[in-house]
Amino acid sequence: MSEPITARPGPPLWLLLELTYRCPLHCVFCYNPTDFSTVGPELETAEWLRVLEEARALGAVQLGLSGGEPLAREDLEILVAAAHRLGFYTNLITSGVGLTETRLAALKEAGLDHIQLSFQDSTRRMNDFLSSTRTFELKSRVAALIRKYRYPMVLNVVLHRLNIDHVEEILGMAEQLGAEYVELANTQYYGWAWRNRAQLLPSRAQVQRAEAATARFRARVGTRMRIFFVVPDYFETRPKPCMSGLGRVFLGIAPDGVALPCQSARMLPGLDFPNVRAASIGSIWYDSPAFNRYRGEGWMKEPCRSCPERGRDFGGCRCQAYLLTGDAANADPVCALSPHHHLITEAVASSEQEAGAPAFATPLVFRDHR
Amino acid sequence: MAIVDTAARPAIGGGFRLQWEPAQDAHVLLYPEGMVKLNRSAAAILTRCDGARTVADIVADLERAYSATGLTADVCAFIALAVERNWVELRA
Repeated sequence: MSEPITARPGPPLWLLLELTYRCPLHCVFCYNPTDFSTVGPELETAEWLRVLEEARALGAVQLGLSGGEPLAREDLEILVAAAHRLGFYTNLITSGVGLTETRLAALKEAGLDHIQLSFQDSTRRMNDFLSSTRTFELKSRVAALIRKYRYPMVLNVVLHRLNIDHVEEILGMAEQLGAEYVELANTQYYGWAWRNRAQLLPSRAQVQRAEAATARFRARVGTRMRIFFVVPDYFETRPKPCMSGLGRVFLGIAPDGVALPCQSARMLPGLDFPNVRAASIGSIWYDSPAFNRYRGEGWMKEPCRSCPERGRDFGGCRCQAYLLTGDAANADPVCALSPHHHLITEAVASSEQEAGAPAFATPLVFRDHR
Repeated sequence: MAIVDTAARPAIGGGFRLQWEPAQDAHVLLYPEGMVKLNRSAAAILTRCDGARTVADIVADLERAYSATGLTADVCAFIALAVERNWVELRA
């Protein structure tokens, strides 16, 4: 793995449109920017259509439609139909709020390939508390609709200290709903989740119990239900290859047209992220300074610069490096080789101490306009 | 690895889509949030998995197209692998 990482990227294979920051939920672990309500007006339908055409012409194939809640856009069906015609594989990432049978039938007709439905927890009380609204029964109805329209039943549940002890119940619920795939995604600490980290970071014992519960469940259900358990990176000693390297495969477009090499990258200082209103997707992807900033390995510092693993993990996550160390070019402190790794181990240690304390000693901040 | 019946009719699996990508100069198999870039022989087999042709038909067709013989074992081995990964489902 000591080959230099090439700076010239291939096409943006994975296009994610965050159609809107509007969302009926107020999740405490949302990765949307905490100042989302100050973001400018959303792109018009015609502007999204142009993004789809230009990105597809460059070679983008996978399309994620996300948000916020993408169903808050009334033109979602139009965008799906255009994307399907262009040859995208279309994925809707939704809380299910607003997914009526009329809309689902129209989306199916438009050529929507896949739906991922998020759940906050297995018990109604916890689900409603964490998303700050009464949506659990609605999601159960939506799950039934998704099956009726012959989509695979794919659930995503975000885990954190307040629900990770319920993994067995969560998986039981998924089984009852006829889930074929379940992603147990531990919270990543950006946006609202970063603000709430002290309340959301589980203890190591909690993570281990959840992994053991998942293994027992897998042994029982076999291949009928495939479960992905995404380990929280705070408990690792090597960083995740975030976005497979910034600017290598992923192109995200925020509701106001700002193009991002990662959904969270907006927080990185000193980068002037281009807007699709002012530039073509081709010039944004290949030529903009913001997308070229963390390509290749010229930006790396030690210990990444000489690390034999730099071609595998790309130094980890730039946003995490920035949030924790103040410099986005530093190694992701998750890495045990980082001189800042103690910031991670200290956060984990403090979550161990607080494991026995009441979970709400400090208030949780629900995602909201402010 | 499973033994493939040459009378079975393979079809691209549910949720998967096979298409030609000019930007990659290759056929790709798309599935939720993922993609497999296919080499030429994999693409030659999968583009013939239309749910109508049998495995034997596909072998005969490939042997004609590539002026080759004795492809049955290779084609069956690939289809078995493709079934294992849900890329292909076998119909009676």
